Amino acid sequence: MAADDDRRDAGLVLTEEQKRRRRARNLAIAGALFGLVVLFYLLTVFKMGGNVANRPL
Amino acid sequence: MSMIQDDRIEAVSALPGPSLAGVEDFLALLKPRVMSLVVMTALTGLVVAPTGEHPVVAAISLLCIAVGAGASGALNMWWDADIDAVMARTAGRPVPSGRVTPGEALAFGMTLSVGSVLMLGLAANWLAAGLLAFTIAFYVVVYTMWLKRSTPQNIVIGGLAGAMPPMVAWAAQTGSVSFESAVLVALIFMWTPPHFWALALVKSEDYARAGVPMLPVVAGQDETRRQILLYSLALAPLGVAPALVGLGGWPYLAVSVAGGVEFVRRALVVYRVREGAPARKAAMGLFGFSILYLFALFLLLLAEKLAGVAPLTGPVAGWL
Repeated sequence: MAADDDRRDAGLVLTEEQKRRRRARNLAIAGALFGLVVLFYLLTVFKMGGNVANRPL
Repeated sequence: MSMIQDDRIEAVSALPGPSLAGVEDFLALLKPRVMSLVVMTALTGLVVAPTGEHPVVAAISLLCIAVGAGASGALNMWWDADIDAVMARTAGRPVPSGRVTPGEALAFGMTLSVGSVLMLGLAANWLAAGLLAFTIAFYVVVYTMWLKRSTPQNIVIGGLAGAMPPMVAWAAQTGSVSFESAVLVALIFMWTPPHFWALALVKSEDYARAGVPMLPVVAGQDETRRQILLYSLALAPLGVAPALVGLGGWPYLAVSVAGGVEFVRRALVVYRVREGAPARKAAMGLFGFSILYLFALFLLLLAEKLAGVAPLTGPVAGWL
């Protein structure tokens, strides 16, 4: 019972290895999100092509 | 301690621990080696298609097809973790080894599946996106969930999913599907059974232990060797077909004929040599050559188009 109480009070304590892996996952997700931003930017530019300049003013 | 507190401790104990997954585990879920073959065949489909989007848009389409293929690999590993755990070749995969939880693999696969289909729809067109969605669904639902555990024809029918990337790519470039893209699909479709059965001949004990009804397990080694030979005989002319429908030139014709002859020769060796180490060597030799064969044919179609080699215009090509 005492061990359970200690565990509940302390919450989840990550090991250094778990912290390192979590950081790597977070960086990968950040990279993927940034990549998506670049992808949508490029897609918009190349899909529009010269049509922006050709629109009636 | 009250009943409620007991329940809370039980609940805390039942919670999944912190994720152990590293970035490399999620990359492994994408089956990078399978993905490389998909990239190769889809790239060829993109390049040999007669009309095309801007190269940047085409590159984004290729990325979507690759990610879609990886996503179906992740969903396959999520569903098949029980089989993977008892097979030596796959026991070290992220889910059976416990590094990635099934829930993580499912969420990862579904996110990438939906994301790649939507992105392809926006980047290219919705026909291509629909074909990619069909490919993913066919691989995950029809092959992984249904056929793989129920019939020795699993990889024959399921092979359609692996054969589709050139057609998806062709559709992304042209907005339509064509006879030429169907020929590329047929080539990979016919290549799949001898490729996998050559491996299954060597790994049949693994498949038997996992309860997967691969052909050598259900019909025996001799019947598998016969089927490998029959499919190889059908594959060899199909390998030449791209040159007859206006996709390949003289270099492709020469290599596809020579490659087809060598494929059938190796299948004959597998058919004849049935005992001991030479039999294993023959099967693994065919397996290795089959990968080289498919890569070479698609690489050659790609190189010919980029180098400006004129495709053949024979009676068949003209008629089509």
